[in-house]
Amino acid sequence: MTRAGAASAAPARAPRRRSPQWAAWAFLAPVVIYLIAFYAYPLYRNLDLSLRHYTVRSFVQGDAPFSGLDNYRTILDNATFWPAFLHTVVFTGVSLLFQFTIGMALAVFFAQNFKLSATLRALFLVPWLLPLIVSASTWSWMLNSDSGVVNFALRSVGIDPVNWLTSPSWALTSVVIANIWIGIPFNLVVLYSGLQAIPSEIYEAAALDGASGWQRFWRVTFPLLRPVSAITLLLGLVYTLKVFDIIWIMTKGGPTDSSTTFATWSYKLGFGTLVPQFGPGAAVGNLLIIMALIFGLLYIRMQRRQVS
Amino acid sequence: MTLPRRGLRAIAALSIAVCLTAACSNSSSTESASTGGGTYNIWDPYPQFDDSSDWVKLLTKCGTDAGVTVKRTGYDTTDLTNKALLAAQQGNSPDVLIVDNPVVSTLAEAGVLNTTENTAGIEPNLLAAGQLDGKSYGIPIGANTLALYYNKKVLDAAKVDPATVKDWASLTAALEKVKAAGKKGITFSAIGTEEGSFQFLPWFWGSGAQLTQLDSAQGVAALTLWTDWLKKGYAPNSVLNNTQTTSWQEFATGDYAFSENGTWQLANAKKAGFEYGIIPIPSQAGGTAPAPTGGEFVTAPVQTDTKRYATTDKLIACLSSSDNALTTDTTLSYVAATAAVQDKQVAANPDLKVWVEAVKAAKGRTSDNLGTKYPKISEPLWNAFQSALSGGKTPADALKAAQTTAASATK
Repeated sequence: MTRAGAASAAPARAPRRRSPQWAAWAFLAPVVIYLIAFYAYPLYRNLDLSLRHYTVRSFVQGDAPFSGLDNYRTILDNATFWPAFLHTVVFTGVSLLFQFTIGMALAVFFAQNFKLSATLRALFLVPWLLPLIVSASTWSWMLNSDSGVVNFALRSVGIDPVNWLTSPSWALTSVVIANIWIGIPFNLVVLYSGLQAIPSEIYEAAALDGASGWQRFWRVTFPLLRPVSAITLLLGLVYTLKVFDIIWIMTKGGPTDSSTTFATWSYKLGFGTLVPQFGPGAAVGNLLIIMALIFGLLYIRMQRRQVS
Repeated sequence: MTLPRRGLRAIAALSIAVCLTAACSNSSSTESASTGGGTYNIWDPYPQFDDSSDWVKLLTKCGTDAGVTVKRTGYDTTDLTNKALLAAQQGNSPDVLIVDNPVVSTLAEAGVLNTTENTAGIEPNLLAAGQLDGKSYGIPIGANTLALYYNKKVLDAAKVDPATVKDWASLTAALEKVKAAGKKGITFSAIGTEEGSFQFLPWFWGSGAQLTQLDSAQGVAALTLWTDWLKKGYAPNSVLNNTQTTSWQEFATGDYAFSENGTWQLANAKKAGFEYGIIPIPSQAGGTAPAPTGGEFVTAPVQTDTKRYATTDKLIACLSSSDNALTTDTTLSYVAATAAVQDKQVAANPDLKVWVEAVKAAKGRTSDNLGTKYPKISEPLWNAFQSALSGGKTPADALKAAQTTAASATK
C-alpha cells in the first residue's frame, strides 16, 4: 500500500518524506472508516446500550442513566436465563455434532466419484440454496400437530402422532432437526474440498501397507483433515449460536421458553413486545458475542499449537 | 391489531437493529420545511395501500384543503413503533402518526405525542385505549375486534343452532356435539406473542377477571376453559403455534365449526366457499364478552416548530370527520369510532351489525390506566396460557407464576 501511495504522490512533486505517509493513510481511509462505522461503532453502541437503564422515555430523550451491570444482573435473575443458556448449548452442540458427522460421511462418500455423484451432491446443496424463511416455514408446516405430513406418516404406520412444535419436550428437538438439515450442505462442501487436497499417494501407500477402509479413514483422512475440520466447526459454531430465524418462524421460542435460545431471547427483549427493553436485549446479545469470541480464541490457540 | 407479517417483522427488526447500533445518535435536527404551506409528513401502518387507493387519495385531499402538500409513508405495523421512537429520538417525527392503539400509551409515556381535546362523539371505550392519566393522546380512526365465525354446514350436520350459543356452557356443549358428529370444534391463536394475548382476552375478561390480578378464580376458569377444549380434542393442539392467519387457514379448510377471528377476515370469509355466520364471543355467564379493541389512532407527535400544529389539527380533523371516517373505515374494513358513523355502516352493510355490537362491548388493552404496564402483564399472560395448554403446568399454577412475574415487573 505504501508503494502505491508513493507512486501516485510522485507526479504531484509534494515534499518527498511526508507524502507517502499521507497517501498511505488516504488509501487506508476507506477501510478504516468502513471498519469503524460498521463494526467498531455498532459494537460500542451495543455495549453502551447494555450498560444503561433505558425506558421508552429515556430512549427518546437520550438521557438514559448509566446503570453499570444492572442489565446483566436483570437477565441473570430472569427465570428464562438458565433454560435459554442450556438450550443455546444443546442447540449448538447437538446441531454441530450431527451436521459435522453427517457432512463428513457424505463428503467421504462423494469423494469416491461414482456415476451420478455430481448430481447427487448438487441435490444435497438444496437446503443451502433455499431462503431460510422458506425452509423454516416448510418445516413448520411439515411438523404441524394436526395437518403436518410427518404426523400423517406416523399415523399411517400406527405410531401416535407427536406434537412436534407445541409440546415443551419436543419443540427444541424439532428446531434442532431442522437446523441440522440446513447445516449439512455447508459441512459437506467444505469437508469435500478438504478431501480433494489430500494426495492420493498416501491412500495408495496405506492400501499397500494393508490398511482397511476404516483404518484409512481414521489414520489418514481424519488427521489430515484436522485443520479443515477445525475451521468448519468454528464457522458452524458461530453460525449456529446466532441462529434466530429458524426458531422464531417454527416455534417463536415457545411453548413458554422451551425452545428459547439467547438469540431469540435477545430479539424478544428488544423487539418482541410492545414496550422494547433495549438494555437487557443488548446484554443478552453481548453474552452471545462473548461466547463466540471464547471459541474463536480457542481456535487461534489450537492453530498456534499445531504450527509450533 | 391488524394482520401481522412475521417475515417482515424480522427484516424490520434487523434494519432497526442496524440503525439502533449504527447511526442513530442524539442530533436534534429539524430540517423539514417549517413555515406555512410546505410539506406535512404522515406515517401510517397500511403499506398495502398505494397512491391510487381511496385512503391515500383522502390524505392528499385533506392536505390540499389545509393548503399544504402531504407526504405519506406506509410502514409495516410492527415496524412503526420502533420507527416512531427512533424518529422522536432524532427530532424528526412526522406531523401526523397513525399507530396501533396499544402503542399510543407507550409513545405518550415517552413524551412523543401531544394531547388532544377533539374527542367529541367518540365511543369512550375506544378512546380509553389512548388515554393516560385522564388525558387523550389521539383519536381512534376506527376499530376492529374479535368474534366467532361459524361454518353453517358443520353446525347443521351436528344439529347445533348457533343462536343457542349464549355462554361458555352452551358453547362447550356445541363443540361436544360437533366432535361427536366427526368434525372439528374451534380454532384460535394461542401463540406466545401479543397476538395470543389478544385472542385470550375475550375469554379472560368474559369470566370477569382483571388484568391486575391474573391468578383470580375467574382467570383460572378462563384458562381452564381453553385447556379443557384442548384436552377433550375440541380444539386442535396446533393452536399453540397458530397466528390469527394460520388459525383462519384451518377454519377455511371447512372442517371446523368455529373460529375466533377479527373483522379483517370478512373478505376472506366470503371467499371461503362455504356458508358462514358470525356470533359475538360469549362471556362465562352469558352475554357478549368484552373483546380487546384493535385498530389505529390518529396522533400528533411533538414538533420543535409549534407553528405546525395548527395545520396538523386541520389534517386530523379532516381525517376524523364523519364523511371521511366512513370512507376510511369501509376501506380498512373497520367499525367506526362514533355511533353516528356506525349506524351508517350498518345501514349500508347489515353484516356489520354483529361487529358493531362487539366493538361496543370491547375494551382497550391499555385501558383502565394500565398504559405501559399492559405489555408487562401481557407477556407473563401468554407464557401462562402457553405452559397450561402445552401441559407443562396446571392453569392455576401457570397463572400464579404469571401474576408473580407481572406484579414484580409493574411495581
